[in-house]
Amino acid sequence: MNHFVLHDAADTVAVVVVEGIKSGMELNGWIMDDNRHIKITAGADIPIGHKIALKDMKTGDTVIKYGVDIGKVVKDIKLGEHAHVHNIKTKRW
Amino acid sequence: MIDKNTTFMGYRRENKRVGVRNHVIILPVDDLSNAACEAVAHNIKGTMAIPHPYGRLQFGADLDLHFRTLIGTGSNPNVAAVVVIGIEDAWTKKIVDAIATTGKPVVGFGIEGYGDHETIKRASKMAKEYVQWASEIQRVECPIHELWVSTKCGESDTTSGCGANPTVGAAFDKLHPLGNYLCFGETSEITGGESIVAARCANDKVRDQFMFMFNRYQDLINRHKTSDLSDSQPTKGNIAGGLTTIEEKALGNIQKIGKKCTVDGVIDKAEMPTHPGLWFMDSSSAAAEMVTLCAASGFAVHFFPTGQGNVIGNPILPVIKICANPRTVRLMPEHVDVDTSALLQSELTLEGAGDKLLECMLRTANGRLTSAEALGHREFVLTRLYESA
Repeated sequence: MNHFVLHDAADTVAVVVVEGIKSGMELNGWIMDDNRHIKITAGADIPIGHKIALKDMKTGDTVIKYGVDIGKVVKDIKLGEHAHVHNIKTKRW
Repeated sequence: MIDKNTTFMGYRRENKRVGVRNHVIILPVDDLSNAACEAVAHNIKGTMAIPHPYGRLQFGADLDLHFRTLIGTGSNPNVAAVVVIGIEDAWTKKIVDAIATTGKPVVGFGIEGYGDHETIKRASKMAKEYVQWASEIQRVECPIHELWVSTKCGESDTTSGCGANPTVGAAFDKLHPLGNYLCFGETSEITGGESIVAARCANDKVRDQFMFMFNRYQDLINRHKTSDLSDSQPTKGNIAGGLTTIEEKALGNIQKIGKKCTVDGVIDKAEMPTHPGLWFMDSSSAAAEMVTLCAASGFAVHFFPTGQGNVIGNPILPVIKICANPRTVRLMPEHVDVDTSALLQSELTLEGAGDKLLECMLRTANGRLTSAEALGHREFVLTRLYESA
């Protein structure tokens, strides 16, 4: 089962695609663009559709998804944690 | 799954355009005429009123867009015949005359000097003639490239970007080489992906037009915004679904134009494309506004990917819903026409998902009602550019 998917191997966040992900679970991830699989441990409960961090990120870092810039980190994020509006913000507008 | 020899059964109109529905519509010029239009549609079964709240004291580009949208709606090949009702004769005639250039039956009535009763009586008489005439029109076999297909997504979440939108992209990549007319838009929701769209433009002229439209919309947002727009874009529904920033939403959004299609032209709102290919329409990202504009531009079938479950339809344009979020498919199955959630479990290839959508497109074109049609969704929302005079 794919617990999360990412578009590009360079992405620093991935999308949880199943319900019921709890902190501490071992998760399987699918890199869609090159059809490879990776494993990480969930560092938080994460709802379906929400993002999981694939590496430690510091405030000010650029977040990468689809292989490109989708915003900046505004609160440090650790590998496996929930990555969303509480720790990432747009660089636009 | 499809090639240049694929056909569907459609309605060939007087101007040779092909529709997939056979509506007789009762079209108000303005808000005041809604009641008479609804009364006529109530009297004459098989006709449909399309009420809306505007059409008085508009001026300039905003009025031009109002006329273009109503004329385009009446001219759409999914419409067999049109009864137009307005409060007065002059603007009513302007719309009737423009729709008449398609060759389809159209007639107009002004209410002033007659009142609702007499107008409803006269309009009902013509509506009855039209609907009985239209009911005898037969579908004929048409080549697939004559099907005009538009797309716009809504209530997106992260599964839109990795499942439902790429499904549309896979279908567009197959239709584009066949010579179909295709359309996407949502100018504000390209923010963060504009350089990717610009790179896909077929030539410098199209690229310059696209960037002009994109920058114009950014200026509009910068003039009117009170914060960073994070209360509106992404929407609360998007955020609940896991989307965090406008850039992330935009990059998901543009998955709808596939991997190979070139962007071949740019049109203003409710303008009609002039040659085959993929067109960018400068438009709002609000679902019903954009789908209404696609119908007014002449598109006959619409692909609408959703993540959290947008339930939108349109009075004349069949809206096909595509969803890859297994939770939404489970909770709101009556709204989903094409379930591509298996994509996210690697149980369906992207090409397979695109074929599944194209199969649904052909069945819809041949007459099968979409979920939105069966559920009675007829959202008709006119885009306003500024205040009335």
